[in-house]
Amino acid sequence: MKSLLKATVAAFALVAAGSAASAADVKACFIYVGPVGDFGWSYQHDQGRLAVEAEFGDKVETAYLESVPEGPDAERAIERFAREGCNIIFTTSFGYMNQTIKVAKKFPDVKFEHATGYKTADNVATYNSKFHQGRYIIGQIAAKQSKTGVAGYIASFPIPEVVAGINAFLLGAQSVNPDFKLKVVWVNTWFDPGKEADAAKALVDQGADIITQHTDSTAPLQVAQERGVHGFGQASDMINFAKDAQYTAIIDDWAPYYVERVQEVLDGTWKSESTWDGLAEGHVVMAPYTNLPEDVAEMAEATEAKIKGGWEPFTGPITKQDGSVAAETGVPLDDGAILGMNWYVQGVDDQLPQ
Amino acid sequence: MFEAVLLTVITAATPLLIAAVGELVVERSGVLNLGVEGMMIMGAVVGFAVANQTGSGALGVVAAIAAGMAMSVLFGFLVLSLVANQVATGLALTILGVGFSGLIGEAFIGVPGLKIPSLYIPGLSDIPFIGPVFFQQDAIVYLGFALVAGVAYTLFRTRIGLVLRAVGDNHASAHALGYSVIKVRFMAVLFGGACAGLAGAYMSLAYTPQWVENMTAGRGWIALALVVFSSWLPLRVVAGAYLFGAVSVLNLHAQAHEMLNIPSQLLSSLPYLATILVLVLISANRRLTLVNTPACLGKPFVPDR
Repeated sequence: MKSLLKATVAAFALVAAGSAASAADVKACFIYVGPVGDFGWSYQHDQGRLAVEAEFGDKVETAYLESVPEGPDAERAIERFAREGCNIIFTTSFGYMNQTIKVAKKFPDVKFEHATGYKTADNVATYNSKFHQGRYIIGQIAAKQSKTGVAGYIASFPIPEVVAGINAFLLGAQSVNPDFKLKVVWVNTWFDPGKEADAAKALVDQGADIITQHTDSTAPLQVAQERGVHGFGQASDMINFAKDAQYTAIIDDWAPYYVERVQEVLDGTWKSESTWDGLAEGHVVMAPYTNLPEDVAEMAEATEAKIKGGWEPFTGPITKQDGSVAAETGVPLDDGAILGMNWYVQGVDDQLPQ
Repeated sequence: MFEAVLLTVITAATPLLIAAVGELVVERSGVLNLGVEGMMIMGAVVGFAVANQTGSGALGVVAAIAAGMAMSVLFGFLVLSLVANQVATGLALTILGVGFSGLIGEAFIGVPGLKIPSLYIPGLSDIPFIGPVFFQQDAIVYLGFALVAGVAYTLFRTRIGLVLRAVGDNHASAHALGYSVIKVRFMAVLFGGACAGLAGAYMSLAYTPQWVENMTAGRGWIALALVVFSSWLPLRVVAGAYLFGAVSVLNLHAQAHEMLNIPSQLLSSLPYLATILVLVLISANRRLTLVNTPACLGKPFVPDR
């Protein structure tokens, strides 16, 4: 209700802003699921938007709407942007997928970019980053550093991207310690610092000494710092919140992609594509490895280099939770299998919510 | 294990408890302030900012209370002095608070905060179980309980409480008896603002010591629901806040536990199912509900001259 109202108000504000539109060549618009001040997911997208502004100056005008709820409410926000004369609209959360497609049909001349989804159209491109590459590395670090042999994973929603992250983390951990255990807690939200902190506490209380998260706030790392356990930053470098607890962070860097795509709109070369880049292209960046013994940091760097060289973390042998074989030894999963992942690898101590 | 769960429940329940007990007083005076979330988030950001600038958690808490009260003055002026619609004004207050706090807090994003220290009494705090649960909390937790006790006593055992309830139940009669309805209501609204500000300070200085936009994440709305849930009785607010805190924390613990395999969606919906269940049980006793509901709740009062 509250965020709906906020979005409505923001939409009104936008009408006012829109009427004073300048004569920029291209208007690039962004829709965020959280506040730009979450210091996580939406914050990083907004950093990308700022990079676009810095790159193009007066040639490109940008606008954004923050805290737009996923689902039907998003449609109005997206449509508002389309009517306001945005040339390219980035919808930056999985839950905007169907709304983006729907609005895109009504506005064939507007270009849409949907983050982390899988539905495309002539004027809808999708883009995502291979976060699971980073997750594999932090899984390895976790298994090296954990004394209890148990890590806790704070998960948001059971969508393929999150599931792939959990699997990649555990595969990385198992590559170091085959008996490594992973406890998964679903908080069913992307952003609620209090709830994320509670989940982290619950996991620590149940024996996890490594906390990792697929939610957007810094709260779990703060709990790790307070309780003397360790964890990893999510989306942005969170070392300021956990100077002793953070080993590294998986940083989303959207700036190169946003600059490239807006440039293509300016040049008239924009095409609908599905972009899925990772460490090698600089879309996923590992924060400095800190609080780690030298050999572990070296191992992490070696794995990072290996992945940048083209190695896929989801390379067999991979066994599913039910015991069936997902990939034979030496065979990597194809992109489709990773992007649509709806099964756990063997060893996850959880039932995947369906 | 039980101790660990209980400690987490206390932190989860405290902001709900404090905000709800403040709103309870407001509603007992006959005013419905839907702006709890807005006042709370303002308390969170101002508390964080002041604590960050001065290095003093106590000053942060005081500033947060002041910020909550400042928001409630705005609300009071609009609905009591200008007789604006209470529901609309309350909603506007929430929107204002969420937006304005984001603006103020922009400089504090990504800045680590300071945490209010916990009590430590040598000896008492070291007793197993009892020590950590009762003697190692931070000041706001104790303040929350003191507030509930104080409100319960004042409402039902003092003259001030009687006047407040009279104003909430029948403002015309209270006015006829010579009580200043507007003044009493203004005081109640201020108290509600102070409590919401304090609850916000608990979020940004104790629960998760940091500032991020929207960090109260709807807790103000839960506090509002708890007031109805408690049928306007302070001690039931405690029960409600702890029930809500317990169910949401147990959900997380149950998921992390290997023995229990309950779908997480079911667990996540438990606090709400529990709320519905209790509301049904409470409203089954129609007479009791009516007795406690402030009869003039949400009705504007204009003294005839």
